[in-house]
Amino acid sequence: MSENEKKPLLKVEHLKQYFPVSQGFHKIPLKAVDDISFEIMPGETLGLVGESGCGKTTVGRTILRLYEPTAGRIAFEDQVLFDSGELYDEEGNQILDEKGRPKKGRRVEVNMLPYRKKMQMVFQDPYSSLDPRMTVEEIVGEPLDTHHLYKNKKERREKVLSLLETVGLNAEHAMRYAHEFSGGQRQRIGIARALAVNPSFIVCDEAVSALDVSIQAQVLNMFEDLQDKLGIAYLFIAHDLLVVQHISDRIAVMYLGHMMEIADADELMNHPIHPYTLSLLSAIPIPDPETARHSHRIILEGDVPSPLHMPTGCPFRTRCKYATEKCAMERPPLTDRGNGHKCACWNR
Amino acid sequence: MSEENNLLLEVDNLHTSFFTDAGEVKAVNGVTFNLEKGKTLGIVGESGSGKSVTAYSIMQILAETGRVVEGEIRYKGEDITKWDEKKLSKYRGEKVSIIFQDPMTSLNPVFTIGYQLKEAILLHTNKNKDEAWKRAVEMLTLVGVNEPESRMKQYPFELSGGMRQRVMIAMALCCEPDILIADEPTTALDVTIQAQILELMQDLQKKLGMAIIMVTHDLGVIASMCDEIIVMYGGRVCERGTADDIFYHPAHEYTKGLLRSIPTTENMNERLVPIGGTPINLLNMPKGCAFCPRCENAMKICLEEVPEEYQVGEHHRASCWMNVMDLYESEEAKA
Ligand SMILES: Nc1ncnc2c1ncn2[C@@H]1O[C@H](COP(=O)(O)OP(=O)(O)O)[C@@H](O)[C@H]1O
Ligand SMILES: Nc1ncnc2c1ncn2[C@@H]1O[C@H](COP(=O)(O)OP(=O)(O)O)[C@@H](O)[C@H]1O
Ligand code: SF4
Ligand code: SF4
Ligand SMILES: [Mg+2]
Ligand SMILES: [Mg+2]
Repeated sequence: MSENEKKPLLKVEHLKQYFPVSQGFHKIPLKAVDDISFEIMPGETLGLVGESGCGKTTVGRTILRLYEPTAGRIAFEDQVLFDSGELYDEEGNQILDEKGRPKKGRRVEVNMLPYRKKMQMVFQDPYSSLDPRMTVEEIVGEPLDTHHLYKNKKERREKVLSLLETVGLNAEHAMRYAHEFSGGQRQRIGIARALAVNPSFIVCDEAVSALDVSIQAQVLNMFEDLQDKLGIAYLFIAHDLLVVQHISDRIAVMYLGHMMEIADADELMNHPIHPYTLSLLSAIPIPDPETARHSHRIILEGDVPSPLHMPTGCPFRTRCKYATEKCAMERPPLTDRGNGHKCACWNR
Repeated sequence: MSEENNLLLEVDNLHTSFFTDAGEVKAVNGVTFNLEKGKTLGIVGESGSGKSVTAYSIMQILAETGRVVEGEIRYKGEDITKWDEKKLSKYRGEKVSIIFQDPMTSLNPVFTIGYQLKEAILLHTNKNKDEAWKRAVEMLTLVGVNEPESRMKQYPFELSGGMRQRVMIAMALCCEPDILIADEPTTALDVTIQAQILELMQDLQKKLGMAIIMVTHDLGVIASMCDEIIVMYGGRVCERGTADDIFYHPAHEYTKGLLRSIPTTENMNERLVPIGGTPINLLNMPKGCAFCPRCENAMKICLEEVPEEYQVGEHHRASCWMNVMDLYESEEAKA
């Protein structure tokens, strides 16, 4: 049993997601996610942060295989969902054959339908992700239909009502249309729908970002309660770092499709190592006037480069004040700095 | 005496309504505050609380269905709600400017940055074309746009979000207004770019001395920028005071709830305390206190009567019956 508990629920290795985009007459790859590895334990929340366009949504969608991964390996509950077959050694270096080409193992692509039940997604915009012409009962009941999760009409209705209750809505709400609800209530409907299939893993993509703070707190508490009760693991994507710290056990920081740092939530927020994390954290406006008067923002110059013009070596080097020559030559690997705190930087 | 001279803007019992098919929407319902030279005032509140409508009333850029129905907005002592369009068009831009969340609200996609800046300067000053061009380059340099000369020839879509925000600020400040109203200026931006823009605004305020009205739902932005704060709910002012008053001695139940519901570095491992209930519907306002349906400490009087504003500190006022209770009790204790 305790053996079992130590096994990750989700294991992502060397995941790549390239989108072909047109540039003139050519198609070139936009490297939205470039060689990312991480694990999520059962019942754990991994927060994922980084500036917009750094690839957070793409990671979420790719591990649910809503996109076909360009390369890498995704395993869920011991089952390999996808494996492009590239081989890596212990240090994480790709194994090449005599001619210097990537050595290939067996390619695996399983049918996702059974896993759609276990892996769900909740989106940012409660306004556009729900069909306004459907009643709440239809919206929440739809996944029950898809996966044949009831014997008769009565059982279906009972299930829908109990799901609504779980997210703090009631029977009176079931007959109404999504557009009649406020933002917070719509987000609850979206969550009830995700819960319908009894998942063990949910990707929450900016799921509370559009809500007012008072309502946001209601929904955050609900996510925590559901985790306590049902043991669900979350990949929690959000740009508000204080929200992410609040809900996450561990936090991963992305930049330009790469993983820069990953650590326990409090460790990452209090003892960040990576120069990018440092400036990201110092940019958070703290809701406390006294702290604000004494804090100093590390202002990052300029913008994130386009992923179509990825810098050589370290992706962050164009904005990094610690950058040295080596940073332009070689990409820093993500290395363990103790207690599972990992960071990808040559100079820190 | 000197206080008199520093007073730029007085918003006095402002009521703004929209007249829609569904009835009169009382978006702003008795807002009062003063703004002095060089100060930063924050207006905070959840979406729909009337922050933007207050800002648009001050700019006199309300939608056609909207109108100031009561109260005055005095700029240097003159009620601008009585002004004609000619006077207002000089006031907008030269005296008071506004920037928005979406820079494309202010920028025209089909003209170059340079053209738009130059036109804005020509409209409001006596400068000739060459001088206006020079001034535009100066402004771009001031707001930290690199290679300003070549940016002048670019179109808005060729710039990043943060750059467009800078250009919009340049446009708003090119006639050195006394007041800059910023309506959620950084809400759509990443924290790193937000930090750049907030830093820029503080920096420009030091250089140019304008007053700022910062409209936002973000308590972090408010805390790091503002001298004085107004908290709004349902079109009314709940509470106003200094940043320290509001954050350390909140005197309205809504403000208290708001502060409890946000994750901070202190409450990281505690459960958040949300405000219960659902957001207000302006077409169905409670008779008494607007916050009453969601207030845990509501009393009988709260259902019946709109709370009056009470002074609870030197610069601190709150509209919550709880304070009257407290005052009453302390009076009684004294006697
Ligand atoms: N379907 C797609 N086709 C092409 N490019 C995409 C697609 N989805 C995302 N991208 C690009 O991939 C990068 C990462 O995007 P995304 O994962 O949405 O970032 P985030 O969620 O962190 O804001 C961006 O540069 C984005 O423009
Ligand atoms: N043009 C309009 N017509 C009708 N109602 C409006 C209009 N503009 C704003 N309102 C209403 O006024 C209220 C306050 O809006 P607003 O000032 O935009 O809120 P916020 O605090 O989010 O900026 C909202 O309930 C909104 O629906
Ligand atoms: S590897 Fe070099 S450029 Fe990259 S973050 Fe570290 S110091 Fe900066
Ligand atoms: S006036 Fe009454 S209902 Fe309103 S906030 Fe104060 S205690 Fe609550
Ligand atoms: Mg995203
Ligand atoms: Mg607004």
